[in-house]
Amino acid sequence: MSRELSFAQAIQEALATAMEADERVFIMGEDIGVYGGAFQVTGDLVHRFGEDRVMDTPISELGAAGVAVGAALAGSRPILEFQFSDFATLAMEQIVNQAAKLRFMLGGKVSVPLVMRLPCGSGTGAAAQHSQSLEAWLAHVPGLKVVQPSTPHDAKGLLLAAIDDPDPVMIFEHKLLYKIKGDVPEEAYRVPIGKAAIRREGRDVTIVATAIMVHRALEAAEVLAGEGIEVEVIDLRSLRPLDKETIIASVMKTSRLACVYEGVKTLGIGAEISAMIAESEAFDFLDAPILRLGGAEVPIPYNPVLEKAAVPQMENIVEQVRNLARGKI
Amino acid sequence: MMAKKSNQRPFHKEFSAEQQLEAFRRMCVIRRFEETAEDSYMRGLTHGTMHLSIGQEASAVGATMGLRKTDYITSTHRGHGHCIGKGADPKLMLAEFFGKEEGYCRGRGGSMHIADIESGNLGANGIVAGGIPIAVGAALAIKKQKRDDVALCFFGDGATNEGAFHESLNMAAIWRLPVIFVCENNKYGMSVSTERSMAVANVADRASAYNMPGVMVDGNRIEDVSEAVSEATARARRGDGPTLIECKTYRTRGHSRSDRNRYRTKEEIEDWKLRDPITLFEAELLAHGIATQAEIAGIHASVATEMVAGLEFAQNGTDPSPEFLTRDVYTPGAAP
Ligand SMILES: Cc1ncc(C[n+]2csc(CCOP(=O)(O)OP(=O)(O)O)c2C)c(N)n1
Ligand SMILES: [Mg+2]
Repeated sequence: MSRELSFAQAIQEALATAMEADERVFIMGEDIGVYGGAFQVTGDLVHRFGEDRVMDTPISELGAAGVAVGAALAGSRPILEFQFSDFATLAMEQIVNQAAKLRFMLGGKVSVPLVMRLPCGSGTGAAAQHSQSLEAWLAHVPGLKVVQPSTPHDAKGLLLAAIDDPDPVMIFEHKLLYKIKGDVPEEAYRVPIGKAAIRREGRDVTIVATAIMVHRALEAAEVLAGEGIEVEVIDLRSLRPLDKETIIASVMKTSRLACVYEGVKTLGIGAEISAMIAESEAFDFLDAPILRLGGAEVPIPYNPVLEKAAVPQMENIVEQVRNLARGKI
Repeated sequence: MMAKKSNQRPFHKEFSAEQQLEAFRRMCVIRRFEETAEDSYMRGLTHGTMHLSIGQEASAVGATMGLRKTDYITSTHRGHGHCIGKGADPKLMLAEFFGKEEGYCRGRGGSMHIADIESGNLGANGIVAGGIPIAVGAALAIKKQKRDDVALCFFGDGATNEGAFHESLNMAAIWRLPVIFVCENNKYGMSVSTERSMAVANVADRASAYNMPGVMVDGNRIEDVSEAVSEATARARRGDGPTLIECKTYRTRGHSRSDRNRYRTKEEIEDWKLRDPITLFEAELLAHGIATQAEIAGIHASVATEMVAGLEFAQNGTDPSPEFLTRDVYTPGAAP
């Protein structure tokens, strides 16, 4: 049975399901207890599971990340929430040097089954230190898995898959998605890590998008359909591992590729996907240069006019993809 | 638990009647500024979030009133009061809060990043404890340049659980830098109380680990805050190194807009309102004959008028043009 839940509720349900099913699972984070989390994702879980399993930490991101790594090494299944993904920068040492590398450095003798939940993205007026999209940073690190759900269904399914996973999984949750609603099955299903989803089929252009950009791309596709341009929209879902097959197959069909993502355009997700296509059998099928629509080369500004201008909006996607489809790029 | 009881000592002799009245005025400006910001937000005139310092005005002004323009401060997400204390123009702060070109950061920073470099305010900070090592660095530069200025950093109780706090105190101590670490302990780091997040009872207790004086004061009494900071400042200017000062205070508003006050009681909030720092100071000014009722009323009235004008200025400000979206990411003229 499935019913409508918000993205935040879907995550909360996955957390509860996992804690009910496995007593090794616990969550830690800042103000996730009685406060219910900065974005009210954990809500009243502390009342259901107690303070030992829904642990408020001091404001100590580096320490908390390390504690989670240690607990994961020693048989627990920690899920660590940061209030904003920007604060992962404070914990990079433990995420990048420890969590990502321990298994390899120790010759495969250990695993680090750690899950981190990282609210990301702009659009809330939170300015430069609370609005970044750093998912490509972490996706650059072998040893980590990085996922980015765009629907309530996937938010639950990817989180449950991440909790099952023996290796560290970073989940980037776009803040603008927390309130969107969608169908979520009641049972404990998994969405496989490393599989993209085709959200709309089309023959003219492939858009590969992440998180909130999936929604903007779908809206743009609707507008373009009215002009006779049929866009295929792929929701990437996993940045590492990357679902190359789905993207390659789509580009071989449409012969045009646009990558739409919120992170800074340069050296980001779009660069990786473009290069991957250039290296693949799809390269010969391309009828136009590859288009990247990413964030501007700037910290996220506070002023709402500038904030909007700093990341791709639906109108930008329509305009640029139209040009791409009509051979103007 | 309430903060240490007021000892009713008069103001430190270092501060003239005129300075005391100016300090009082600034506390009133902070209160009005916060109320204006809150009201604008509620009316949907601004976006983002904001962290109000209502109830903490005595530590903001007490800590800054004895500083020079060439002394530095670093501040926090709850930084409007620090900024006004150090001498910023509230009108330009409101313009920043409204995201306008006329604002201190040309609308790029917003509430959490207001800075006023001219008055020595190196900026608020969106990162808890982010400003602490920066103050130590400013103090290092002061020392290298053989100036006798100081760097004062504000931070909350919650920030003292970050590694940056501990690393900073240690470096300031080993290099005997002119830093004054001012903790505004309002009992909570958002929702988690100090009892639940710290192994020691007081932030001041942490000073002993870094071999520096740790001073605890009633943060709602400006007399006590300014006296402790004056002593620490004199010590820093002499080259005798840093001090950690803990101001026990309270924020009577929620942490930010999303706060539903589930972690504290109404009674606790009401209790602290009885020790409102502005009311306390007002009573002392009257009792010591520094001001008359009429003068106090005059200050309140002029501050209210100033803020109405400030709000109008901010609302009529200019939105930045997207044409200049990427300006100021780098310094012009530098190698690309
Ligand atoms: C590194 C970092 N972690 C978490 C946050 C989110 N956050 C903002 S303010 C705050 C509480 C800070 O508490 P405290 O230092 O006591 O200052 P107060 O808010 O009480 O003034 C938290 C957790 C942040 N901004 N930066
Ligand atoms: Mg606090």
